[in-house]
Amino acid sequence: MEDRWTPEHVLSLAPDAPSRRAATRLSAPAPWSGTGCDTASGAAAVWGECEGSGSTPYRTVVDLTGPTYQCSCPSRKFPCKHALALLLRWSAGAGVAQDEAPVWAATWLSGRRTRSGQKAAHEADTSSATPDEASLVAAGRRRERRAARVAAGASELEARLADQLRGGLADAPTQGYAGWNDVAARMVDAQAPGLAARARELGAVPSSGPGWPSRLLEEYGLCHLLATGYRRVDVLPEPLAATVRARVGFTLDAAEVLRGPHLRDRWLVLGARDSADERVTTRRIWLRGSESGRDALLLSFGRPGVGPELALPTGLLLDAELAFHPGARPLRAVLGPRFGAPVPPPPAEAVPDGLSLDAALDAYGLALGDDPWLESWPVVLRQVVPAPTALGWELADRSGPAPAAIPVDRRGTPDAALWRLAAVSGGRPITLFGECGHRGFTPVTAWYPDGQQIRTLGVTP
Amino acid sequence: MTNSVTPSAATVQDASTAWPDLVTAALLGTDRRPLATAPELLDRAALQAVRRRAGLRPGLPSAPTGTGDAEAPADARPPLPEAAARRLAMLLPGPDAPSGGAGSLANISELLPQYLTAAAGHGYRAPAAQVPPLLDAARARSELRTDAVRLAGPLGRWLAERNPDWRYVLRTPLPGDADLPDERLWQEGLFAERVTHLTRLRRRDPAAARELLRSCWSQERAEDRLLFLDALQERLSAEDEPFLESVLSDRSKNVRLTAAELLSTLPGSALALRMAERARTAVRLTVTAEGRRLTVRPPTACDAAMLRDGIAATSPTGRADRAFWLGEILAATPLETWQRGFGPPEAVLALPVSDTWAAELREAWSRAAVRQNDSAWARALLADDPSADRAAGGTAGGAARLLGVLAPAERARWTAAYLDRHDQDAHSLGEVFQLLVACPAPWPEPLGDAVLRALARVSAGGGYPWSHSGVLGVAERALAPEAAEELDALAEGAGSAWAEMFTRLAATLRLRATMLTELAGPTGPAAPSIP
Repeated sequence: MEDRWTPEHVLSLAPDAPSRRAATRLSAPAPWSGTGCDTASGAAAVWGECEGSGSTPYRTVVDLTGPTYQCSCPSRKFPCKHALALLLRWSAGAGVAQDEAPVWAATWLSGRRTRSGQKAAHEADTSSATPDEASLVAAGRRRERRAARVAAGASELEARLADQLRGGLADAPTQGYAGWNDVAARMVDAQAPGLAARARELGAVPSSGPGWPSRLLEEYGLCHLLATGYRRVDVLPEPLAATVRARVGFTLDAAEVLRGPHLRDRWLVLGARDSADERVTTRRIWLRGSESGRDALLLSFGRPGVGPELALPTGLLLDAELAFHPGARPLRAVLGPRFGAPVPPPPAEAVPDGLSLDAALDAYGLALGDDPWLESWPVVLRQVVPAPTALGWELADRSGPAPAAIPVDRRGTPDAALWRLAAVSGGRPITLFGECGHRGFTPVTAWYPDGQQIRTLGVTP
Repeated sequence: MTNSVTPSAATVQDASTAWPDLVTAALLGTDRRPLATAPELLDRAALQAVRRRAGLRPGLPSAPTGTGDAEAPADARPPLPEAAARRLAMLLPGPDAPSGGAGSLANISELLPQYLTAAAGHGYRAPAAQVPPLLDAARARSELRTDAVRLAGPLGRWLAERNPDWRYVLRTPLPGDADLPDERLWQEGLFAERVTHLTRLRRRDPAAARELLRSCWSQERAEDRLLFLDALQERLSAEDEPFLESVLSDRSKNVRLTAAELLSTLPGSALALRMAERARTAVRLTVTAEGRRLTVRPPTACDAAMLRDGIAATSPTGRADRAFWLGEILAATPLETWQRGFGPPEAVLALPVSDTWAAELREAWSRAAVRQNDSAWARALLADDPSADRAAGGTAGGAARLLGVLAPAERARWTAAYLDRHDQDAHSLGEVFQLLVACPAPWPEPLGDAVLRALARVSAGGGYPWSHSGVLGVAERALAPEAAEELDALAEGAGSAWAEMFTRLAATLRLRATMLTELAGPTGPAAPSIP
């Protein structure tokens, strides 16, 4: 028996809401011909031709193991609406029967597999190859130069923070953003983008409403901690030093991370959330290892309007290797080799295990012990009821002897999304994945019963 | 310098400094409040910040806003078929998607009302995640409300008790609503909730609704009395006459007028008989050498009795007062008065009329036919070409109202014939818009064909499609899917603007057909059960 994905899984791959609509519209039988799938022979692919506005139909093929997509349409979205529509038809079982791939689809599929095989081999190659001495020396010199610059930036920031504190923060609200934006610009020059972002944030806190002095002092303290931490980075234990470097703004590229140890597991895709600014769309995808219990966060970036390349169907299990970025509390990871297409979890694991509110806050607190700069930690909550109250939205757990609640962090979660959450709950407890932090809980994915079925809801699709 | 970010021993010692003291010191500045040096204060702040964050505990739940049960009542109705559920997500406007889908092949906003009606007719419930966008959509488009509220079901009402934006859901009565109207709503509810209560009670028990209204009539405000009175229009009967007669002496003029209008639709009412008396005085059958004719002598004054019966003392529109009074009297006169005196409607309409009163008579009889829901008169009035009367004050709107009195099939037949009769008139299409709206959707084949022929004519005649957007809009809702083929053929031979319009219309029709098939479910069409 083959495991077709549910429409929810397919739609969770869409880069944005318009794509989701377009795909639904295109999933009608009319424009499609020559559709078929091969999930029996291990090829794990779906293909079809879709009548478009052009004279020749678009040829669409999806390799379910990625999933990766190929379509002859000119769309810059990824996956395009044709690929999504094709998957929707397959998921509904509508006219997509087991078949042998036509030549054009088979060519692409085998080409892709060869390429990804070569890529893996190449990566293995480069990881074992020793670069020549000259380039090593050059790279070392570059690293030293940057480290010195960052160190100078960090001590400048440290001094600036102390200066401000001597004079007092009381008139911070009247000083506005400008001062800290200048500092941020200097941190960018010092090649410390992490410090720059924190400096910018310091300018914004005084206008963030009642209680700002407390929040501002917290941020001052943590900023100071990071700057002083970097001053001592060479003597810190290595995992913590890696955390400090990452927080300050040193990045590692994926290949570098992949040269480190891999962890193979059946990773449950817990959910995804996109955030966009004018330059880049950032997609966060959270995974949880069903054997290891490890949490992982994959980041993928895209230019605005194009959509990040990586898309994994929420709620499915992915057999793959991950390589974690080093740190005292590793979370961010890079996706390594995959072993087969994502599959629905067995019915017993359809809903992930969750924590009580107490345990969720403990998990965040424990993570803070390793990485004090963490804003939040990914957790699955069990048995929470989302509800609007006079004080804002909160998640309540009334299942235990002592009823408890935590607030919803409203940043980035529009009202409409929260009402959808309230609707799927209907006042009954649901399982909810999200980020638990000091500003509250940011919901990402809900699991809720609908008749005999368990469905997932992406809170901010 | 120590080997880690662990704060120095001194800092740890003072880490117990209460957070508020740290904040005060930071606000005032360490120069003024030397609790510690600035770097030390920052060390402590960092430690305390992490401690505060790591030590966060859940709070006690606050009382959720809203009224009613903590949990939404279960909904036993079947869910929408998967494909139809996804279709709904596509049809509902999203926060990020322009309504109607920009540049889409088909016009989606025209499809949503049909989708909702069909889905509600099948007796499905909407997927929980779609209920909020559904309620948002119906909030913006009130014509969607009844079906949207039905689809949303108990979950919709539960959500509406929590979100003030959706309060309308609680006021929207459902056809065949099984729950007993809540007496409390009448006593304590908002005005609109009270109207809903009265409307629902009237449907169940007309006499009880009337008595409820009578019991507190004198305490209600005039503008409220007016709308409460409107609720009696439904299931109006002779039993309501005494109450309505008493309302004719109401303090408010608009309330009096409404009562009079209601009474005039009761053919046996005393008011109707008084009107008939006045009408017979004003319009007489005389026999001259040329044959029978109607002699019209409108009243010369509006006496107290006429005033009480809801006739205004002066014309509100600028028409001559006498013509206005005549119109008011005739419109409130039972049509059978004329039938008894002068013969069947066709014969009455054929009679020559004295002076220039013919148009006034026709207009008043049209109003009477609509008010009294008299299909024989409506048919006879429509048989005279309404467009011929346009100059004399007849309007397509008036014809549409008359059309509404006829049975749906007859409306479609009449409109199809009308379209074909006016095949030489390139402008006719725009003006039949209201007639087409009055016809039942989907259009029966003869009407659909007539509309296609008319569209072919105006496109060939060089008209612009956008000047016919009204008709094209109705066509999107009401043309049968089979017409798509014909539209494709029309698009082949048309200019680019029309070709695009025809293609889009065809795509909408096809999408509509798909949509209705999806709603029927994978097992084939189930018999729609409309409660």
